[in-house]
Amino acid sequence: MADRKIRVLVAKPGLDGHDRGAKVVARALRDSGMEVIYTGLRQTPEMIAEAALQEDVDAVGLSILSGAHMALVPRVLELLKANGQGNVKVFVGGIIPDEDAPRLLGQGVTGVYGPGAMTEDIVRDIRQSCAVEQVK
Amino acid sequence: MAASQLTDSSLQPILDGDRLALARLITQVENGTPQGRQALSQLFPATGRAHLIGVTGPPGTGKSSLVNQLAHYYRQPVDAEAPRRVGIVAVDPSSPFTGGAILGDRVRMRDLAGDPGVFIRSMASRGSLGGLARATAGVVQAIDAAGFELILIETVGAGQAEVDIASLAHTTIVVEAPGMGDDIQAIKAGILEIADILVVNKADRPGAEATERALRGMLQLAHPTPHIFRHHGQLERVFPDEGVPAAPMQPAGDASLWIPPILRTIATDGTGVPELAQAITRHARHLRETGDWQRRERTRLQSELDSLLQESLVNRWRGSVSETSYHQELQDLVERQISPWRAVSILLDGGVW
Repeated sequence: MADRKIRVLVAKPGLDGHDRGAKVVARALRDSGMEVIYTGLRQTPEMIAEAALQEDVDAVGLSILSGAHMALVPRVLELLKANGQGNVKVFVGGIIPDEDAPRLLGQGVTGVYGPGAMTEDIVRDIRQSCAVEQVK
Repeated sequence: MAASQLTDSSLQPILDGDRLALARLITQVENGTPQGRQALSQLFPATGRAHLIGVTGPPGTGKSSLVNQLAHYYRQPVDAEAPRRVGIVAVDPSSPFTGGAILGDRVRMRDLAGDPGVFIRSMASRGSLGGLARATAGVVQAIDAAGFELILIETVGAGQAEVDIASLAHTTIVVEAPGMGDDIQAIKAGILEIADILVVNKADRPGAEATERALRGMLQLAHPTPHIFRHHGQLERVFPDEGVPAAPMQPAGDASLWIPPILRTIATDGTGVPELAQAITRHARHLRETGDWQRRERTRLQSELDSLLQESLVNRWRGSVSETSYHQELQDLVERQISPWRAVSILLDGGVW
């Protein structure tokens, strides 16, 4: 019997060392029945794209608190596309200034979540975007 | 789902080592799709080339770190050997309540990032209890077909009874760490018995000697046939039913006997890893020289065949019986009108006994 699970890579690109938020999100996704691949701190965009490829994930969650999101996120998107994984949904969490969120969304990010975001919303958004992908 | 449909023409990229094609095939295999099954069937003749190395042991003994170091070593061997391509399958437990999982083994394997000669795949156990997932054997076959020469299979943190790895791997490494229990733990049946190589990791911690001593004591009890005695300075082999020493044997030269070595490692800095890699190579050579390699292949494929048969028979039976009658019998069982055995008899044979 086909047993289909949503697989999500949760990664922390860049140099800030605070992974509490990433872990809270990882835990919430786990509790909603998803399989979460957690890769730990200080990942380069190259490491993240390579892990996303090997793990054949449906979505990638990036947690960034360093302010480097406008450099890191486009690079991850670019690498995913170059690897033939342009269909993978990318979610960004952390400290993202209000004016940057639309720019990230415009570049192809599926969701941006700041402090105070509800994990239920993140779970719902990932599930919805991956369900759309499954129908295709 | 990220995985696209696999067609026959897309199997060649897997044989050629295309990483995305391999990753997508693995997803199909994991999800038990018909496409995944067909692809594996076609790729099956290309499998059986890799040396499958199982790494098991209690949670927190350093399995992931050790796998990382081993893979690192095989990519950059200190001796004159050529680097070999390494596949890694790391299994972590699924939640019994939600079915979700956090797969965290990659955290310890970051040194391997960016090396195209390494392919790491995390798997959730998805309800299996033996330390692996049901689809692990299939996933390993896919990686084997893609030409990875060594495949390291890391089990769920395993305590005592999670011994499925022994029927999948050619070489099983059991990793222990100091302070994990007294010597009665070491003589219990189960996980220690399946070890081809025993590792005391975190050997810089206090208690490493005691752990090694307990394991050594266990080994002397766990390998009664054939047994080794030191007698007049010579190693001799005694079969218990014979009672008398058989012909003297060479301490290192007897090809038919494998006594699991006990090695100390410190996975965080790589101490002892070259020695471990050498022991793995020795074990592979031993298996090939004694014919045990073929015997293990046979056992392995038989256990895979049996579990697939079981699964298929249950599925076929499920299709033949109506949900209502199943739930009716379950209800009777809950009300203690019938016993579990009686319920099985009714559901399978219409209650002939």
